[in-house]
Amino acid sequence: MKKTECVAMLLAGGQGSRLGVLTQKIAKPAVPYGGKYRIIDFPLSNCINSGIETVGVLTQYQPLELNDYIGSGKPWDLDRLSGGVHVLPPYQKIEGADWYKGTANAIYQNIPFIERYDPEYVLILSGDHIYKMDYSEMLQRHKETGADCTIAVLEVSLEEASRFGIMNANPDGTIYEFEEKPANPKSNLASMGIYIFNWQILRKYLEQDEKDPASSNDFGKNIIPTMLAAGEKLVTYPFSDYWKDVGTIDSLWESNLDLLNPKVELDLSDPKWRIYSRTPSAPPQYIADTAEVQNSLVTEGCNVYGKVDFSILFDNVTVEAGAEVRDSLIMPGAVIKSGASVQYAIIAENVVVEGGATVGERPENVSNLDDWGIAVVGADLLVGKNASVSAKAMVTESVKEGEKV
Amino acid sequence: MKNNNVMGVVFANVHDDLIRELTEVRSMASVPFGGRYRMIDFPLSNLVNAGVSKVGVIPKYNYHSLMDHLGSGKPWDLDRKSGGLSILPPYLTSDVDVDAGHIDSLNTVMSYLRGSKEKYIVMCDADVVGNIDISKMLDAHFESKADITIAYKNGPLPKSKNDIMSFEMDKDGRINKIRIPENFGVTCDFSLDVVVMERVLLMDLVKTAREENMSRRWRDVISSRIDQLKIYGYAVKEFAWVIDGTESYANANFALLNPKVRAELFASDRPIYTKNRDDVPTRYGLNSKVTNSLIADGCVIEGEVNNCIIFRGVRVEEGASLSNCIIMQDSVIRRAADLKFVITDKNTEITEGRALCGAPTHYMSIRKSAKV
Repeated sequence: MKKTECVAMLLAGGQGSRLGVLTQKIAKPAVPYGGKYRIIDFPLSNCINSGIETVGVLTQYQPLELNDYIGSGKPWDLDRLSGGVHVLPPYQKIEGADWYKGTANAIYQNIPFIERYDPEYVLILSGDHIYKMDYSEMLQRHKETGADCTIAVLEVSLEEASRFGIMNANPDGTIYEFEEKPANPKSNLASMGIYIFNWQILRKYLEQDEKDPASSNDFGKNIIPTMLAAGEKLVTYPFSDYWKDVGTIDSLWESNLDLLNPKVELDLSDPKWRIYSRTPSAPPQYIADTAEVQNSLVTEGCNVYGKVDFSILFDNVTVEAGAEVRDSLIMPGAVIKSGASVQYAIIAENVVVEGGATVGERPENVSNLDDWGIAVVGADLLVGKNASVSAKAMVTESVKEGEKV
Repeated sequence: MKNNNVMGVVFANVHDDLIRELTEVRSMASVPFGGRYRMIDFPLSNLVNAGVSKVGVIPKYNYHSLMDHLGSGKPWDLDRKSGGLSILPPYLTSDVDVDAGHIDSLNTVMSYLRGSKEKYIVMCDADVVGNIDISKMLDAHFESKADITIAYKNGPLPKSKNDIMSFEMDKDGRINKIRIPENFGVTCDFSLDVVVMERVLLMDLVKTAREENMSRRWRDVISSRIDQLKIYGYAVKEFAWVIDGTESYANANFALLNPKVRAELFASDRPIYTKNRDDVPTRYGLNSKVTNSLIADGCVIEGEVNNCIIFRGVRVEEGASLSNCIIMQDSVIRRAADLKFVITDKNTEITEGRALCGAPTHYMSIRKSAKV
C-alpha cells in the first residue's frame, strides 16, 4: 500500500438527539442543509479541497441513509484508486463486538484501517459543523510548530465560552490547559472538534486510554487532558471564518438562513472551494405566474406557485398557489398545499401540509416569547386540513384534520 | 435491469445547420437545452433508462464541447467495465463523406458494430427532445416480430434537409409507405429517428447500400426494403419535439413552462440525467420578481424575469428585465438591461441599460462569450 501522509477520520456516529424528530431516522451528519447539501458535505468537501483523499467515516446511529448517501464517494471525488472514502461501522472481532463507546474508542477500534495507510498524521473531524476550512494549512502549522497535536480553535464571546471546550493557551499557541464547559472561562478559544495528531503518538494514547476502565473514551474528556498532563506539545490553530455547530433546532435554522444574510461570510458559490453533494436528477425549478419569491434559496425540482419569503426550499418541493412560506426551511419533496401557511418552521422531507393548515408562528404574534420557537414537522408526516402546529412544537406523528398541536 | 442484449448508437451531428447560431461552436448533441441539459442527455437517458449500458456516440465535427460534456459517461451511469460509453469520431478514409447521411457514419464504425455482441441495436438522433420509453418500444418490437421498428409522432411535420420520413401504416402499425413530405407543417406521422433492429441486419443494410452505391440517406435505404422487411411504427404519445430551427428550438424550451410537458419529459421513474456542476441553489433577491419561468441552480436573480428559461449560474442584476428569453449558463445581465425575445449563448454579458429586442418569429441571438 502506498504511504498516505494524512488520513482523515470523520466521526459521524452521533445521534444528535437535540435535533429531535429530524434525527429520528437519520444520523445528524445526514440532515439536509442549505437547499441541496447535507451537513457531512462540508467536512467531506473540505477534505478533498484540502488534498486529503483518504477519509474514514465512522457511523453507528441510523447509518442506512448516510451509507447510501456516501456510496462510492464519487460526488466528492473520493472514489480513489488508493484511499478514498470508507464507511466504518463497528464490527465484530474475535474477542467480541463493541459499539463505539466514545469518540476515542471509535478511532481505537479502527486502528487497523488507519495502519493500512501508514500515515504520519491523522485528522479527526466531526460531522456536525458548517464551515469551510483548508485542513492543509492546519497541517502545515502542525508541522511547523512540531506539535504532537494541533487543535483548531475559534474565538467566541466570553458569555458563550461556557458552552464549549475551552483551550487556555500561551501567546505562542501552546496549550497549557483544557477546560470542558467551564463556569468561569479563562479564555475564549473554543475547540472546534478538529484535531491533527501525529499518528504514532495518538495510537499510544488510544491504546493506553482503552486500558483504563474509568475512561469515557472521549477525545475532549480523556485523550486531550491526558496528553496535556503527560507534557505533550499541543498547539492551537486559530480559525476566524464562518463556523457553526448545527446541533440544535435553533442553530440549524439560523445557520441555514445565514446563507441569505449578505453580512454572513459563508460563500458556497466560490468556485475554488466548492461544496459537493449527491443530488437527485431533477429539472430546473419552475416559478409560476402566481408565485412571489423573494430573498430565498430555491433549488432543482421545485415548483413554486405560492409565496416564498426569506426561506430555503430544498429539491423537489412544491408550494401551491395561495400557500405561504416565510422564514422557514422546507426539506426535499415536501408539499405545501394551497391556503397553507408555514412560518418560522422546519418542514422535514416529504411532509405534506394540507390546505388551510398553519405551521409555526411569527415571534411578534406570540404573547410570551419564552413559548416561541421554531416549529418542526418530522419526515414523511401529514399535517391535515386546517390543522395548526404552534410555535416551538416538535411534531412526531401526523396531525389530523383541524387538530391543534 | 441491465439489458445485455441491446446496444445504442447516438448520432451527434444531426441537422446542425438548422440552428447555426448555436452549432457554430458545438454539435447538435451539445446544444444547451431546458436550463441545465444538453440535447444528447435525452437520447442517452432514454437508452440508459431502458437498461442499455453500451452506447456509441458518433460525432462528425465540432465535437470538443460534446467530449467535454460526455467525459467518461458517469452522469448516465455509462462508465462501465463492459460496454459503457464509446465516442466514435469519424475515421476518415478517402471514400468517406462526413457530410453524408447516417449510412456513411455507420460505415465508419463498422468495426465497432462487428465487435459488439449485443443482438439488437437502438439508434437515436440528437435533435429530438423527448422522454421516449425505449423499453416499451423494444417490447413492441419483439411482440410484432418486426425486422425494424421506428418511433414516430403524430403532429405537424418538422422542417429538415429533405430527409425526414413520414409513414403510412396499416392497422397493426406496419409501415407500408414511406413518404417524402413536400409541405412542412402538415399533420402526419413523422419519424423521430429512433430505430430498433438486429445489429446484423443493420450491418447488412449499410454494407449493401455502400456496395450498390445507393443513396446514403437512411430513408432511401429503408424504403427500398419496405416489401421484404417488416417495418413497424411505434407511436410516441408523450411530448417529443424535433428541433428544426431557431424558433423551434426556442419553442421547445418554452414548452417546458407547461406543467404537463415537464411531467412527461422529466418523468420521475425515467429521469433525464446530465453532467452535474455542483452549483449552489439559486438565490432570489429582495426585489426580484419572477413569473412563469424555469430557472436552474447557481443563479442570482435580483431583477424581473418573465416567461424565460434561465440556465445555470446566470446573474440577473437589480432593475434588469427579461421577458421571453433563453439565457444560457454563466451569462450576466447587468442593471437596467431590458431583453425581449433574446437567446444568449453561454458566458455572455449584457451591459448596463442595454435594450435588446427580437420577435417571437425571429429571436435575437447573442454569440457565446459576447459582451453587448
